Amino acid sequence: QACFPNGRGVNPDLDVERKAPSFSVERLTTILDEGAQNTKLRREVEKVILSDPAFSRENQYFQTPPEQYETAVRKSVHLKEKLDQLGWAEGGVISEDLGFNIHTVFKTSIWELGTSDQIAKWIPLADKYHIVGTYAQTELGHGTYLRGLETTATFEIATQEFVLNTPRISAMKWWPGDLGRSATHAVVLAQLYIKGKCYGMHPFFVPIRSLQDGSPRPGVLVGDIGPKMGMNHIDNGFLMLHNVRIPRENMLGKFSQVLPDGSYVKQGSEKINYLTMIVFRVTMLAKEVLPALMKACTIAIRYAVVRRQSELKPGDPEAKVLDFQTQQQKLLPQLASAYAFHFIMGYLDTFYSKGCAEIKQGKFDSLPELHALASVLKAVLTDRCAAGVEVCRRACGGHGYSLLSGLPSLYCRLVASCTYEGENTVMLLQAARFLIRCFGLAQSGQPLPPSVAYLSSRSFGKCAARDQADFLNPDVYTGAYKHRASRSGRIPATCPAHCYYIIVENFVAAVEKLGNEAEIQRIMKHLCDLFALNGIFSDLGDFLHDGYLSEEQADMATASYLDLLAVIRKDAVPLVDAFDFSDGVLNSALGSYDGQVYQRLYEWAQKSPANTQVRAQHGRVCACDRRRRCLWFWLMRSECPSSCLNPFLFSPSCTGEPGLQELPETPLPEGSEQAVRTGSSSSEHGWELPLFLERSLRASRASLEQP
Amino acid sequence: MAMNSDLRKERDAASFIPELLTHVLDAGAERTRRRREIEALVLNDPDFQHEDLNFLSRSQRYEVAIRKSALMVIKLREYGIADPDEIYWFKSSVHRGRPEPLDLHLGMFLPTLLTQATPEQQDRFFMPAWNLEIIGTYAQTEMGHGTHLRGLETTATYDPATQEFILNSPTVTSIKWWPGGLGKTSNHAIVLAQLYTQGECKGLHAFIVPIRRLGTHEPLPGITVGDIGPKFGYDEMDNGYLKMDHFRIPRENMLMKYAKVEPDGTYMKPVSDKLTYGTMVFIRSIIVGDSARSLSRACTIAIRYSAVRHQSEIKPGEPEHQILDYQTQQYKLFPLLATAYAFHFVGAYMKNTYRRITGDINQGDLTQLPELHALTAGLKAFTSWCANTGIEECRMACGGHGYSRCSGLPDIYVTFTPSCTYEGENTVMMLQTARFLVKSYTQVSSGQLVSGMVSYLNDLLGQRIQPQQVAARPTAVQLNDPSSLVEVYKRRAASLVEAAAKNLQAELTRRKSKEEAWNRTSVDLVRASEAHCHYVVVKLFTAKLSEIGNPAVHAVMTNLCLLYALYGISKHTGDFLQAAILTDAQVTQVYQRVKELLAAIRPDAVTLVDAFDFHDAHLGSVLGRYDGNVYENMFAWAKKSPLNKTEVHESFHKHLKPMQAKL
Repeated sequence: QACFPNGRGVNPDLDVERKAPSFSVERLTTILDEGAQNTKLRREVEKVILSDPAFSRENQYFQTPPEQYETAVRKSVHLKEKLDQLGWAEGGVISEDLGFNIHTVFKTSIWELGTSDQIAKWIPLADKYHIVGTYAQTELGHGTYLRGLETTATFEIATQEFVLNTPRISAMKWWPGDLGRSATHAVVLAQLYIKGKCYGMHPFFVPIRSLQDGSPRPGVLVGDIGPKMGMNHIDNGFLMLHNVRIPRENMLGKFSQVLPDGSYVKQGSEKINYLTMIVFRVTMLAKEVLPALMKACTIAIRYAVVRRQSELKPGDPEAKVLDFQTQQQKLLPQLASAYAFHFIMGYLDTFYSKGCAEIKQGKFDSLPELHALASVLKAVLTDRCAAGVEVCRRACGGHGYSLLSGLPSLYCRLVASCTYEGENTVMLLQAARFLIRCFGLAQSGQPLPPSVAYLSSRSFGKCAARDQADFLNPDVYTGAYKHRASRSGRIPATCPAHCYYIIVENFVAAVEKLGNEAEIQRIMKHLCDLFALNGIFSDLGDFLHDGYLSEEQADMATASYLDLLAVIRKDAVPLVDAFDFSDGVLNSALGSYDGQVYQRLYEWAQKSPANTQVRAQHGRVCACDRRRRCLWFWLMRSECPSSCLNPFLFSPSCTGEPGLQELPETPLPEGSEQAVRTGSSSSEHGWELPLFLERSLRASRASLEQP
Repeated sequence: MAMNSDLRKERDAASFIPELLTHVLDAGAERTRRRREIEALVLNDPDFQHEDLNFLSRSQRYEVAIRKSALMVIKLREYGIADPDEIYWFKSSVHRGRPEPLDLHLGMFLPTLLTQATPEQQDRFFMPAWNLEIIGTYAQTEMGHGTHLRGLETTATYDPATQEFILNSPTVTSIKWWPGGLGKTSNHAIVLAQLYTQGECKGLHAFIVPIRRLGTHEPLPGITVGDIGPKFGYDEMDNGYLKMDHFRIPRENMLMKYAKVEPDGTYMKPVSDKLTYGTMVFIRSIIVGDSARSLSRACTIAIRYSAVRHQSEIKPGEPEHQILDYQTQQYKLFPLLATAYAFHFVGAYMKNTYRRITGDINQGDLTQLPELHALTAGLKAFTSWCANTGIEECRMACGGHGYSRCSGLPDIYVTFTPSCTYEGENTVMMLQTARFLVKSYTQVSSGQLVSGMVSYLNDLLGQRIQPQQVAARPTAVQLNDPSSLVEVYKRRAASLVEAAAKNLQAELTRRKSKEEAWNRTSVDLVRASEAHCHYVVVKLFTAKLSEIGNPAVHAVMTNLCLLYALYGISKHTGDFLQAAILTDAQVTQVYQRVKELLAAIRPDAVTLVDAFDFHDAHLGSVLGRYDGNVYENMFAWAKKSPLNKTEVHESFHKHLKPMQAKL
C-alpha cells in the first residue's frame, strides 16, 4: 500500500478513521483467510501478478466490448504462460479480466461424465490449451427446463456415428461462454435418438472449429451473441449444428453408452452429477459473489468518510457522509451481510466436505439436503449481494455512476449470477420442495436432516424480550428467526426465512468460537447483532404476524438496531480494510487505500479517449461556406453534410466579448477552394421562436419592467 | 412476418379495447392522435435512421446523438412544433428516451437566460444561443460538492479596477464535474460560484462564462475542460469537468435580473427568490413522468416476452407453458405493471398541479408553493426508487436474455438509474418532505388545522387522549374497495409521521443540538415520508378510477389499483400490524387477495402493456417486439455484433495459436 500517486499521503479524513480501531485489522484479515500462512501466500501471489504490466487494468473502463474480449484472451494466455514458468497452480486475483472460464467447466464435465479413456485422451489436450472447450447446454428457447432442450443426436448404425442437428431456431445453443470466438470444442447436451426412440439428454464431445485456422467445421454455424450488460470480455456464443457427424466414442460415457449395434446401456448412478452442480454453486459463491460485495463495501465506505456534505451542526465544517444515519443504514447492513455470508460459506464448506465423503462411499442420503442448502444459499446470497452492490453504488451518489468508481462493472458482472447456475426463483422453489417434504416428515414424527431439525421442535411461544438491550441477546433474535422459519405458509417466502435462520444461527456460533480473540469477538458480535436486527427491521411484519413480537417489542428491536449503527460506524473503515483488497484488485477511483478520491478521479478522467483523441483540426476546415466556423466540423471531425448547415451559424453578431472574438480566417488548404459552396443559407432570416419560449421571454421581460 | 401466435391469442382474449386506455393515458383521443402523428414524423424520417447503438463505441454514440440533435433542432423549427408536450414527443422519438448532448443547452441554458438574465443580457446571448452559435451548459455540481449548495467552492471575485469578475477553481474538489454537454459540446457555461465583492462573500450567483473559442472550439486560456470519462450509461452525453484559473469575464456576464453588482462593486440584494421553486416542481414532475414511462417500457418488454417464452410443464405431459402462466412470474411482473399505471397518474397530477399553480403565481399567489415544493420532493424520490428497482426486476424476470443488450433492458436501467441522484438525491428529497410533515404535525399538535395532502394529520387531534393508539380505530376495512384502502394507507402515514415526530422530540430532549437529533431520527423520518408518498399514490390512483367511463377499462383498472394497494400492504405488513391498522387475519387475507388478483389480471396482461402504446423503435428491444418474433430476431441481431465481423477473430492468430505452439 506504499505507492501513492505523486507521493501524496493518505487523505487525513481516511487516516483518522484508522487511528484507533477497536481490534487488530491484520488479525482479522488472517481470520478471514483462515490462517496467517494463507494471507501471506495470497499477498505474494497478488504482488507478482499485479506488478506485471501485462495485467494492468488501467484501460479497463475505456475499452469497447471487442477490445475487452481481446484483452481477456491476451491476459489469459499470458497468465497461463506465467503460471507455467512459476510452477503455480493458479493466480486467482485477476480472475475478473480473464477469458476461458468455461474451459474449466468443459474440463470438469469430461472428468465427471467421461470414461477413463475419454479423460486420458482429452484432458491433457485441454490442459495444454491445444483444444479450447465450452459447455453448451442452454438453448435460445430453453434454459432451466433441461428436458425441453431440442438439439438432437441421432445414432446411425451404418456409420457408427452420431448425427447432431439443431432442428429449429429456438434449439440453437445460446449463451455458452467462450463459444462465440474462442472454443474449438464443445460438450454439447442433446436428446439422444436411437432407432427412432428418444433416450433423453446426453453429453457429446463435438469439435466445432478447425485447430489449424480456427474456421468453423462443416455444418457448424457459430458466433458471438452480441454485447451484454456486463462481462463483455467473455464471448458468449451461439451454435447451430447441421448434420454434424461425430464418432460413437464421442458420447461422454461414464453413465451411459451406445453399443455398436445401437443398444443403449446405463451404468452407475447419475446422482453424482448433482454434486458437480453443487460444486459450481459453492465455488461461484465463494470466489465471485461474496468478494464482489466485500469490494463494493470497501469502496463505498472509504468514499463515505472522504466525501463531506452539509453541516451536522451549524458552523461546523461539512460532515462526512458516513456520519449521517441514513448513510449508515444503507452501508453498514451490507458490511454485516458480507461478514455473515463469509461465515455461512465456511459452514457450507464443512457441510459439503462431509457430504462428499459420504457420497464417495456410495451413501447418497445427505445429497437432497446438501442440494437444497446449496440452492437456497445460491439464491439468497446472489440476490442479496447483487442488491447490496447496487446499494453501495447508489450510496456513492453521482460518482458511483462513473465507471471509474469500479462499482457499475462490479454490479453488472455480479447480477448475472442471479440467473446462471440455476435461476434464483427456480432455486428457491427447489429448496421449497425439500422443505415441504421435511415439514411433512416432521408432522408425522420422523427424524429430520440436521439443517432442518428445528422444524420438529414445536415450542412456539412469544418473544421474551423485555427491553431494548434484550435484543442484543443472540438467543432472543435467533429465537425470532427460528419462529419465523418454522411457521408454514407462503411458500416462496418460507425459503429465505429458513436460509436467514441458518445464517443468523451460524453467525452466532462463529462469534462464539472467537473466544481467544476478545476484541475481534466484540466487533463481530456487533456485526452479528446488526445483521440479525436489520433483518427484523426490514421484515417486521413477518415477526409481528401471529404476535410473536408485540408492538412494543418491535419498537425495541428497531431502537436497538438504530443504536448499533452508530456503534459500528466507528470501526467501519478498519472492518473493510480487513478484507485486504489491494488497489489493483479494486481498480476504483473512489475506493483506493489512500483515499485520494478527487485527485484520482481527475487524473483518471484525463485518460478517457474522449480527452486523449486529439482532434485533427489544425489547418483543416470544412468545405462548407462556414469553413472554420462550421460547428458540425469541430464536433464531428468531418465535413458537414448539406443538411447540417442551417443550425450551425456563427454569425458576426456576437463579437466584442472575451472569448467571442472570431479568429482570423486561415487560408483553406489547397484544392479545397472549389469545394466551398456558395449561395445563401436560410439562416440569414433566422427562425421564429417557438410559442412557449416567446411567451416566457415576454413574461420575463414584463416582470422586469414592473417596479 | 406474421404475429407470434401466443401474442395473437393474448390479444384476442382481452377484456377491453387497449385504444381506450391509451386515450386515458394521453388525456384524450385527440392527443393520442397528435402524439402518433409526431412520432411518425420522426420514425419515418430517413435522416434519423442509424446503426444499432448497441454495436457502437461511446464516441460513435456521441456522434450519432450530436447529428440527431442538430437535425432535431432544424426540423422542429421547420415543422413549427412549439408546444412543450409536442416537443417532448418529438425529442423522445428522435433520441428514444436517451439523453443527448444538447439537453442542458435546451433545457437549462436557454431557460436560465429567460428567467435570470436582464434584457440587455438577453439581447446579447439569447439569439446567438437560440441559433446555436453559443452552446451552453449549466455548471453547478462540483467534484466534491453536490447536494449542499452552500458548500460549493468556485469563486467569482469582483475586480472594480477592470470591472471584471475573476472566476477561480481553488481546489481539486472545486472543479465543476458532471454537467452534461460540458465535456466537448459547449462553448459557454452558466457557472454557479460564490460571489466575492468588496471583500465579502455574497453567496452563490450565476455567471455566463465563455469556455471555448468560437470558430476553433479550442479551450480559452485559463480554462481546462474535458470529458469525465465513461459511465454506467449516458454514453451519448459528454458529462464534463471545468477548471478555471483566474479567468476573467466582464461584469455584465453575471446574471443580474435579481441580484446585482454595481460597477464600483456595490452589491444589491435580490428581492424574493421563491420563483425558482416553480422550476424545481416542474422538473420533479418530469422525473415522476420518466419513472412511469421507463417502468412501463420495462414492463412491456418483460410481459410480452413472458407470453412468448415457454418453459417446463405445469402438468406432466402437457407442452411447456408460457412463463407468464407461472404465479411466481406474475408475482414479479404484475405489481410492477400496476405501479407503472399508478405513476402515470401521479405524473399527470403533478403536471396539472404545476400548471394550476403557475397560473396562481402569475397572479402573485405563492401560498401553495412551499407545500408543493416539499411534497413533490418526496414523490420524485418515491417514484424513482420504485421504478429503479422495478426495471431491474423486469430485466431479471427475462432470465438470461434480459442480460443481453438486445433486450433493451440494461439500457433502460442504466439510463434511468441516475435520476435517483440528480435533481435532488433521493434520501435528501425524502428528508425535505419529512421536514414539512413534521412541521405540519407540530402545527396540528398545537391545535392548528392543516390543509391539502397532509390534512389527514388533523385526525390525530381527536385522538390525543390515547397517544399510543393513533390509528387504532374499529377497523371495517374492505379489501375490495380502493377507497377503503386509501383510508388504511392514510392511517399508516399518520402513525409513522407521529412516531417519527415523537422520536425526534425524544432525541431533542436527550441531546443538545437540533441537527444531531434530526440526524438520529432520519431513518424514521424517511420511513414516514415514504408512507406519506405511498398514501398519495394510492389516493391518486383511486381518484383516477372515477374518471374512467368505459366499464371494461374501469374494471381492469380497478383490479390494478387494488393490486397496487394490496401488494404494497403485503410488503409492509409490519407498519400495518404494529399500528394495529390491520389484524393478523386481515393480513393473511391480503396475501390471498393478491394471488387472486394476479390470476384475474393474467388474461389482460399483454393488452395492458399494449395500451402504453410504445412503438417498437421506442422500446429498442428484441424481446419486447410487438409481433413477438423474438428468437429469429435475436439471431439476426447477434449476427451484426462487432465480434462477428470476421469468421475467425484476430486474437486467434495473435494469441491462441502462438500459445498452443509453445505449450
